[in-house]
Amino acid sequence: MASTAPIAPLPTLPKKHYLNDGTTVASWLLTRDHKRIALLYLVAVTVFFVIGGLFAVLVRLELATPAGDLLSDDSYNKVFTMHGVMMVFFFLIPAIPGTLGNFLIPIMIGAKDLAFPKLNLASWYIFMIGATFGTYSVLNGGLDTGWTFYTPFSTVASTSAVVPAALGVFINGFSSILTGLNFIVTIHRMRAPGMTWFRLPLFVWSHYATSLIMVLGTPVLAITVVLVAAERIFSFGIFDANRGGDPVLFQHLFWFYSHPAVYIMVLPAMGVMSELVAASCRKPVFGYTFVAFASLAIAIIGFFVWGHHMFVAGQSVYAALIFSILSFLVAVPSAVKVFNWTATMYKGAVSWQTPTLYAIGFIGLFTIGGLTGLFLSSVGLDIHLTDTYFIVAHFHYIMVGGTIMGYLGGIHFWWPKMTGRMYNELLAKISAALIFFGFNLTFFPQFVVGYLGMPRRYHAYPPEFQMLNVLSSAGASILAVGYALPLSYLIYSLKYGKVAGNNPWGAVGLEWTTTSPPPTANFEETPLVTWDAYEYPARVEGHVA
Amino acid sequence: MSPETSAAAEHHHHPALAHHFDSLAEQNEAATLGMWVFLVTEVLFFGGALMAYSIYRSWYPGAFASASHHLDVTLGAVNTAVLIVSSLTMAMAVHAAQLGERGKLKAFLLITMVLGATFLVVKGFEYHEKYVEHHIPGLGLPFDYSAEPQFAATAQIFFSIYFVLTGLHALHMIVGLGIMTWMYIWAANGTIDKDYSSPIEISGLYWHFVDIVWIFLFPLLYLIGRHASGAH
Repeated sequence: MASTAPIAPLPTLPKKHYLNDGTTVASWLLTRDHKRIALLYLVAVTVFFVIGGLFAVLVRLELATPAGDLLSDDSYNKVFTMHGVMMVFFFLIPAIPGTLGNFLIPIMIGAKDLAFPKLNLASWYIFMIGATFGTYSVLNGGLDTGWTFYTPFSTVASTSAVVPAALGVFINGFSSILTGLNFIVTIHRMRAPGMTWFRLPLFVWSHYATSLIMVLGTPVLAITVVLVAAERIFSFGIFDANRGGDPVLFQHLFWFYSHPAVYIMVLPAMGVMSELVAASCRKPVFGYTFVAFASLAIAIIGFFVWGHHMFVAGQSVYAALIFSILSFLVAVPSAVKVFNWTATMYKGAVSWQTPTLYAIGFIGLFTIGGLTGLFLSSVGLDIHLTDTYFIVAHFHYIMVGGTIMGYLGGIHFWWPKMTGRMYNELLAKISAALIFFGFNLTFFPQFVVGYLGMPRRYHAYPPEFQMLNVLSSAGASILAVGYALPLSYLIYSLKYGKVAGNNPWGAVGLEWTTTSPPPTANFEETPLVTWDAYEYPARVEGHVA
Repeated sequence: MSPETSAAAEHHHHPALAHHFDSLAEQNEAATLGMWVFLVTEVLFFGGALMAYSIYRSWYPGAFASASHHLDVTLGAVNTAVLIVSSLTMAMAVHAAQLGERGKLKAFLLITMVLGATFLVVKGFEYHEKYVEHHIPGLGLPFDYSAEPQFAATAQIFFSIYFVLTGLHALHMIVGLGIMTWMYIWAANGTIDKDYSSPIEISGLYWHFVDIVWIFLFPLLYLIGRHASGAH
């Protein structure tokens, strides 16, 4: 390889690793190696992120002017729906568990693979089949119900491709369930000798909590989608008000999954955060046990807050009261995490690498997203803000500002482990900065315009909102550049990047003790763990390759 | 067997041991935990539909009681008995597998499958009866509830839920029959032995679960409130 000659004194790639253990297409498509399956997910979710992103481009272009001039109202309905469906079901939910979780969980606990490697491969194929149905519904006229499939519009009124899209979501759910099941069994049964529960990296804890939600919540979405499909295909009447059915029952069932699904998206990012913060400050995570249990608390309380999506949907005031209190309560473990990360950084020797930038970005954006969530938990304010751009801004701060910042931070942090090579640090820092500024410019004006009363899901709006919308569209174009950059320099680094060595960050954690990229069996021999998760700075010396 | 498994073959004592486990016992425990977790997801899957059932039952007790009279309680009871017996034979299949008695294992698996198929045939007759009586609330078929017109709309909700719940249950039975066929092949070709009986055990867990779902569905759909509206 040409690039190895001038950098001879630097570390070299191991001769045999999981990436060159079989080079045929079949060795990838039929692999049972969790690391290769992680890369299959990486490629797949990137494709769906790009598709979802293109729909977002159309939304922001349309909203650059007050008149509905670019897209008809019907087309606009489809565009924002497909943006939501693609991003939520085919990017945000599988992104971190599918790629980083798959790759890292077995290595972090000292195992050779997940408990069920074939099932893991099956999850990816099921995901791809579900995504194919999703994509088919895009090509076959699109879906216009919003990503929430609300009845009765989705069951009796919509003429768009509801059934293929619902089928895609249903099938994709099984991929999620099987991934969660695999993680739970792996974390219970595959830990290396000495790897006790309280020596687990917090990344593993948060994936455990995520898996619980996947396993307990997703089947409810599955049955809900089955009921919608039964109503559309067989014209059964479970949500049909003409026959005494209740369309609001759909909303209850849907949000019973879909609110916890927000935690499926953000908990893995929180796990990434704990690793990033500890490694970039060279300090143990402050209050390890609290952060670990905060993940479980979020997962558990998260199941009892769904009614806050329905404050205006005709539920009893007592139910609204309870859901409101519980929604405030879920902020407590979330805040515990934010405080503990900042406490970890306090007086730490912070190294300003790219993953650190993403970590700090996450803390800022997630905090804004979380605090605006409190606005929406209070019933009175929520009635004013329901279905406005304030909601859109709030959940983008969590899903994009939280999940995608965590995802990209994690990809940058573990890229040298996954590929054995470093990316261009300067470009990476520039893109992290672009994403941070572009993101805020896109979504902060939406808080304002939403508070002023601009509703979501319309292709036209009153002219007085134009200035804020133009800012938002301008921010989106910066964001697009920020997202395009990593795609190019990461691909470039695959061939031309500096060889990283086993532990480029001087981080602790079992994954940094094996080679980069790791061998197919992850370790030469099963590690014996005699230390806690974040023994900074003591253990680092021995780890640096 | 995958290449990495054969590469490490010298460590193996049993052909079924996967490369990433140290022992068959460990592998079996993982598989059993995996099936239990899967059954938890199944509970929540059926739970969503049962939630709809509970709400509408409490809203429309009269219509539900009236509509449940149109289900054939004799056939339902026969099917309940068939499934309970099939659970017994499944348990005996697991016992035979643990003792390594291949002949008995095959016999019990076969009886379990015959009983499972019997259930589906009886269910088919019940569905046909609903078709004949015009009690299918959809598919463009005529729905006739003229005997008690005050329940004509909400009885359709009952039958919608009836078909969703029993249909999903029947689908699980069909999947179960597929699994049993697979296990029968494994029993016949010697994959299953005394040390590797866990596939039979976890298939048994699934089978018992599907039976238990029916044990709930039968009273909920056929029995509750039968006495409340007039005799038929």
